[in-house]
Amino acid sequence: MTFSPGDLFLILPELLVITAACLVLVLDPVLSSSQKDGLAWLSLGTLAICMGLIASQMNHAASAFGGIVIIDAYACFWRLLLCFVAGLTVLLSHTYLREERLYFGEYYGFVLLSLSGMMVMVSAADLLTIYLGTELMSLSLYVMAGLKRSEPRSLEASAKYFVLGAFSSGILLYGISLLYGATGSTRLPAIAAAIAGRSLDDPLLLAATVLLAVGFGFKLAVVPFHMWTPDVYQGAPTSVTAFMAVASKAASFGAFLRVFVEGLGSLKANWSAIFLLVCIATLVLGNIVALVQTNIKRMLAYSSIAHAGYALIGVVAAGVAGTQTGEANGITAVMLYLALYAFMTFGAFTIVAMLRKGGLDGDEIEDFSGLAARHPLAALLMLVFMVSLAGIPPTAGFIGKFYVFMAAVEAGLTWLAVLALVFAAISAYYYLRIIMVMYMREPDPLTAASPRLIMSPALSIVLACAVAGVVFFGLYPSPLVNLAGHAVLTFK
Amino acid sequence: MTHSFPWLTLLIVLPLAGAVALCFAKDTSVRLIALGITAADLLLSLPLWWLFDASSGSMQFNETALWISTPPIHYRLGLDGISLPLVLMTTMLMPLCVLISWRSIDQRIRSFMAMLLVMEGAMIGVFAALDFVLFYVFWEAMLIPMYLLIGVWGGPNRIYAAVKFFLYTLVGSVLLLVAILVLYFQSGHTFDIVQLSQAAVPASLQFWLFLAFFAAFAVKVPMFPFHTWLPDAHVEAPTAGSVILASVLLKMGGYGFVRFSLPMLPDASIAFAPLMITLSIVAIIYGAYMALAQTDLKKLIAYSSVSHMGFVTLGLFTFNIQGIEGAVMQMVNHGITTGGLFLCVGVIYERTHSRQIADNTGLTTPMPRYATLLVIFALSSLGLPGTNSFVGEFMVLAGTFIWSKLATALASLGIILAAAYMLWMIQRVAFGLPSAPVLSALRDLDRREMATLIPLVVLVFLIGIFPNPILTRMHASVNQVLARTSVPTAATAMRAENQLLPAPTNGDSLAMETPRP
Repeated sequence: MTFSPGDLFLILPELLVITAACLVLVLDPVLSSSQKDGLAWLSLGTLAICMGLIASQMNHAASAFGGIVIIDAYACFWRLLLCFVAGLTVLLSHTYLREERLYFGEYYGFVLLSLSGMMVMVSAADLLTIYLGTELMSLSLYVMAGLKRSEPRSLEASAKYFVLGAFSSGILLYGISLLYGATGSTRLPAIAAAIAGRSLDDPLLLAATVLLAVGFGFKLAVVPFHMWTPDVYQGAPTSVTAFMAVASKAASFGAFLRVFVEGLGSLKANWSAIFLLVCIATLVLGNIVALVQTNIKRMLAYSSIAHAGYALIGVVAAGVAGTQTGEANGITAVMLYLALYAFMTFGAFTIVAMLRKGGLDGDEIEDFSGLAARHPLAALLMLVFMVSLAGIPPTAGFIGKFYVFMAAVEAGLTWLAVLALVFAAISAYYYLRIIMVMYMREPDPLTAASPRLIMSPALSIVLACAVAGVVFFGLYPSPLVNLAGHAVLTFK
Repeated sequence: MTHSFPWLTLLIVLPLAGAVALCFAKDTSVRLIALGITAADLLLSLPLWWLFDASSGSMQFNETALWISTPPIHYRLGLDGISLPLVLMTTMLMPLCVLISWRSIDQRIRSFMAMLLVMEGAMIGVFAALDFVLFYVFWEAMLIPMYLLIGVWGGPNRIYAAVKFFLYTLVGSVLLLVAILVLYFQSGHTFDIVQLSQAAVPASLQFWLFLAFFAAFAVKVPMFPFHTWLPDAHVEAPTAGSVILASVLLKMGGYGFVRFSLPMLPDASIAFAPLMITLSIVAIIYGAYMALAQTDLKKLIAYSSVSHMGFVTLGLFTFNIQGIEGAVMQMVNHGITTGGLFLCVGVIYERTHSRQIADNTGLTTPMPRYATLLVIFALSSLGLPGTNSFVGEFMVLAGTFIWSKLATALASLGIILAAAYMLWMIQRVAFGLPSAPVLSALRDLDRREMATLIPLVVLVFLIGIFPNPILTRMHASVNQVLARTSVPTAATAMRAENQLLPAPTNGDSLAMETPRP
């Protein structure tokens, strides 16, 4: 393998993030508790620099370290999104951690470490490197999920996440090893070349594909590999939940698409059939189970499962579309969907994090009763996020769904679009219920402590970013559509 | 003919900007600002009436801008003779909605007025949009403000009614979205409504697309048997909400049929006509019967709406100039008359806090002005010659006569029943004896309430006596729709009759008559 200093420049954003993570971990014991805010600002500054660097790399596709890493527009699209979400997470955590009395400087270190894992995932073109990125992401998230050490549910979330996550990583690794056995390489281009023209008659290839699909299925939290999601989302600190629901899902989709499109593209007829079933199961189960939730974090967990189902429609559409434009439109739709989903989901979780009941999260749906009367602006923002999650125009959620369904219809999957839209209408019921509770119910006078809302400038910035994204891209999605279209992967 | 002045954009943006402005207004001035904005929107829309070139059937006041490049979605607005009256009806009703809510809405008045203004912008957008995606955005964007109007400011059972309204309309319209996408790929990769109205779509596909369109529009109209959300929503909504629902939202269903179903899917429209006409007649008679049985004034008017909107769908699917023009007339007239009736109910509800007929009787003595106006709207609703509704219903029946005499006879029953339920209602509410002493002490309409109702009374007679200005503006546009759905052959008309009448057993002369071509 040849190595050149230029390669290091290509992964400079990743290096910066890791350096900042180490710096945070080292500085944490040295700083007094009043100075620990500085760690958040250090992380934010790093992320801002990274976003600038990534934006400048957008138009120059290049590979580094002998093809292990590919920094193309596709990778930059996801890295940009991930850094942005990590920035929002830091801002949200800054206030939320103080409220929760979680004075861990390491927290920001773990956010950055996890982020660096995600960035590796989306820019790697080698299965082992992707695996390493996944592990770096997951291990940091396991710790973050259990940060509320005094709360059993947080610990349970962490343990559950760890066990199931380790299990799925094992499956992923097993799939990678089988694929290596079948093709003699872990590099995606080499795999693509080796399996070109082969079919799934080869049992080794079949087993490898299925295991990879299962492994990624866990990371994407799609049915039937979704079991961990509600418990982990509910138990983890809300800021971590927001980060997991948005960033880890986006990174997993980024890596997943890269593997299945660039590596296993010639098997698309086979894997699109698998994902079609997974997609339908995800849409049905996610939306139906979300209907009966009473805890908003659990409801948003099932909603995030359902949204992975909508994104999968784009993957399936790309797989069955006969034409090159059809494939590109399917992949573009997935990328667009995840980017738009980031704004609305992060916004919704931010409002959830802001609502406090005593010293605890106000995360029961009942806690939102009468929010519109007490905090009209927060209720209005939550309304916008809910409407967007339900996919009603003129919000970002509609645009995301529009492109996904468009890809489905173009690929001849009109029936799937009909099915998914019917479930979108069903999903409107549970999003609407939040609006109903906020606007049409009065707070229960019997409950002693009526929930209050924490405010801070940092939270205002997070909410402003989220709502601006939801409204702006809902009204004028062209910039994002063009960006995703420019960054799209092509089947090899 | 194109105008460089962006009339339509201003009409849409003005209320939306007003809604934003309300957020920063002083509590005391919220009502005045809302009234000012709706009035300004009305004034802004009036010149369109005279600037409109009645000789042309094409879209006027066009505005086009690229909105999204891939796929090509445009911000494209324009009006023709069908949408022009509907837009004017909307802008005319909105100041009245603000006025009627002046005192009856006493909490969260700011949000209420903002919702009204958002509704106005979206409703005008629906009628003016010439890009299918843009249309869909406006169409769906109305759902949330309407949901809040019913759910926050409505009656005791408001949450149930609001959710029912929302889910019914949403389920209908998601299928519309799929149909829009399928149509895009089938007819030359465009969302342009004008182009799509000229595209040829395979007949087998039209069948499915028609069903999808039907799901969206039939729920909105509402056609039997998709009408069950309407009585709930009407009864629970605040007065202004009921007026908007009845006068504008229901029209969007009829508008959808005439703007999209007929010209884009002509073959399927003709094939489905027997079913549509049957459903329309069922709605006309069933709605009227249900209205007879109601004890709640709002429910009575709600069911009468089902009946009257049956005439709209009946006229549209006769595919002749009388029928379709009559249907559009009926849409405008129903907006005016039913809007007036709901305003009347709102006025009395403010005083007695009851919508029950039994609690509001003998109002002529204490409230002579009110009783007069109520009687005028009721007579208009039953289609008395000289009032507006007569024009529309007569034209629809004349159009239906060409298609089928039996259908005409059955639909006429609806008018007779309308006379029954309306006159009976009038007899009790206006002319009966007061059921409680408190009723004799009610104060009559004040100036604000008179100002709310008088414009509609003027229109009732104006259109009733001199409907020609509306009809002349409609001719060319309706002819364009007709050109797409060429006059049905005797065979299809015959089939329609056979479907309407289950196997004539005793040689019923009505059914056996051959229809005139």
